[in-house]
Amino acid sequence: MMINNNRKLMRRSLTVLIIIAFASIIILLDTKTIGDNYVRRILNLGAIYAIVSVSMNLVNGFTGLFSLGQAGFMAIGAFTVAVFTVPVELREAIFYIVPQNPLVANIELPFFVALILGGLLAALVSILIGMPVLRLKSDYLAIATLGFSEIIRIIFTNMKTITNGALGINRIPGIPTMWITFGVAIVSIIFIVLLINSSYGRAFKAIREDDIAAEAMGINLFKHKVISFAIGAFFAGIGGGLLASLLGTVDPKQFYFTMTYNFLLIIVLGGMGSVSGTIIGSFVVTAGLEYLRIFDEPLTVLGVNIPIFRAGFRMVIFSFLLMILVLFFRQGIMGQKELSWDMIEGWFKRRKGLPKKGKVDKGGTI
Amino acid sequence: MSFETFMQQLANGISIGSLYALIAIGYTMVYGILRLINFAHGDIFMMAAYFMVFSMINFSLPWYIAIVLVIISTVILGVVIERIAYKPLRDAPRMSIMISAIGVSFFLENLATYLFTGVPKGFPDIPFLTQAANIGGISLSVATIVTPIITIILLLCVLFITNKTKIGMAMRAVSKDYETARLMGIKINRVISTTFVIGSALAAVGAVLWGAKYPSVMPLMGVMPGLKCFVAAVLGGIGNTTGAVIGGFILGMGEMMIVAFLPLLTGYRDAFAFIVLIIVLIVKPTGLLGEKVTDKV
Repeated sequence: MMINNNRKLMRRSLTVLIIIAFASIIILLDTKTIGDNYVRRILNLGAIYAIVSVSMNLVNGFTGLFSLGQAGFMAIGAFTVAVFTVPVELREAIFYIVPQNPLVANIELPFFVALILGGLLAALVSILIGMPVLRLKSDYLAIATLGFSEIIRIIFTNMKTITNGALGINRIPGIPTMWITFGVAIVSIIFIVLLINSSYGRAFKAIREDDIAAEAMGINLFKHKVISFAIGAFFAGIGGGLLASLLGTVDPKQFYFTMTYNFLLIIVLGGMGSVSGTIIGSFVVTAGLEYLRIFDEPLTVLGVNIPIFRAGFRMVIFSFLLMILVLFFRQGIMGQKELSWDMIEGWFKRRKGLPKKGKVDKGGTI
Repeated sequence: MSFETFMQQLANGISIGSLYALIAIGYTMVYGILRLINFAHGDIFMMAAYFMVFSMINFSLPWYIAIVLVIISTVILGVVIERIAYKPLRDAPRMSIMISAIGVSFFLENLATYLFTGVPKGFPDIPFLTQAANIGGISLSVATIVTPIITIILLLCVLFITNKTKIGMAMRAVSKDYETARLMGIKINRVISTTFVIGSALAAVGAVLWGAKYPSVMPLMGVMPGLKCFVAAVLGGIGNTTGAVIGGFILGMGEMMIVAFLPLLTGYRDAFAFIVLIIVLIVKPTGLLGEKVTDKV
């Protein structure tokens, strides 16, 4: 008993320590004491990707619906933030070809209001798509959502008076501190985790495992599928809004449907049905996508130009990685498990090659 | 609108519809047997167009040899994809195999961008197909007239294979009940490969005819036709070959009619297919010719 209590205390204090360390690293980065803008940008991007990927995992990994509309929902969130947060006096200069529609031209909203509005619009659109599609076998959801994310791009390109068409909107007020991206990410992920552990979450998982059995147990399939899908879309919209603010500029081309495949790679890498795996995956993939840019640049070794290194090679590697993951490491990093102290202890034990039992008896030493 | 313009648009609609039909057959057959949305099908179509560009421009082969070569290499590509990316996942959850299909699709798109760059390549001119024909004052390219005829002939071939041959019978058995068919001694892998052979060959023919009509080849050219043709397959009743062809025709004609009658909406032409999908799913989820399938526990 004593040993168990000790370990519990140890774990708790370690958790607190890690949270403090994490917070202080962010504070140091945020106050520009350490790191450069590049690192800050990648971390911000990682946090945004974490929001979108965790919400996608809620739909794909926890509810078992194959949704590929993330890029489209992000576009809705991004354009809502872009349209409503750009200062009114700057708009004439941005909409220099076609003036902005008077309905929205004079409305300027605070960032967070616009962000939430973007999420709500994305959720509303997702319900409109989900209503007809989710009533049936959810096979068609993949095609409907993939098609939708193309359509939304076409609509945004054509709605010149609101979105400025293909030119896009720039001069979006930036994010003043990293706490906005990380704060929103933490709040969203906590919300999703709470949801997954609630009765709704259990219903989602039941639907994923066997929808006929779930229905027989009295779960309203349609209602739960729509809820999961709409919440996923809401957070994708939030992620898109943050992305717009981080980049300072949006145009419909950014939200090409291949963007969704990045999130798909993240959730497959992290583990379909694991929130902590998805968060790890988000930062790994975001950093990977940035740092692997060397593959896109010509490489010369000992005066010999290696011809395979040129533009586009990075994405070939990335898509190849997705296939390798699905074919050989279908569980990803975490499978359906969550990161826990038991798991970490397990790793350490395996590395030291000690039998599990013996290690536990010694206690305390992690 | 004059009668001539209308007829011209109608002919265009029929010919684009039959191109959709050719691709949709591949989708519907694979879905019928594996219950898999083969996301890579549109990209197989794209690769076929590149094969045509290379065999005619880089190796300067005459078009009739090039077409045969393109069909063969596309079939090989399709079967290799099935062997590498889908076969190991036979017993995996359905979502894994769909992700694998997306992986293949994404890989082919990126590979094409990397190898051939994103700059559109001109499709080789096939004089026989691109010359203009004049029928009753309506000027059309031969490709426009030939495409529906080829589609109908190929549909009849596919129907013959599925209804009259032994392998076709095996295909129907597998699509009815995968496990039982396997227990009855049907070689599942051979059946699935044959499906991919037929689908890829039709996609290759589609790519050649498509190129004669829209002579520009790009790495992402297969995406939109791919998505739309799946919708065509759903509209016709997924799993039903004739249905896929009818669905393709309806979709192609509908699109062209939008361009002809509502020119303001031309920008939204690509949206038409997805509106059709939503309507079909609300009104008649089994599609025009589809059978009602009940889920078994």
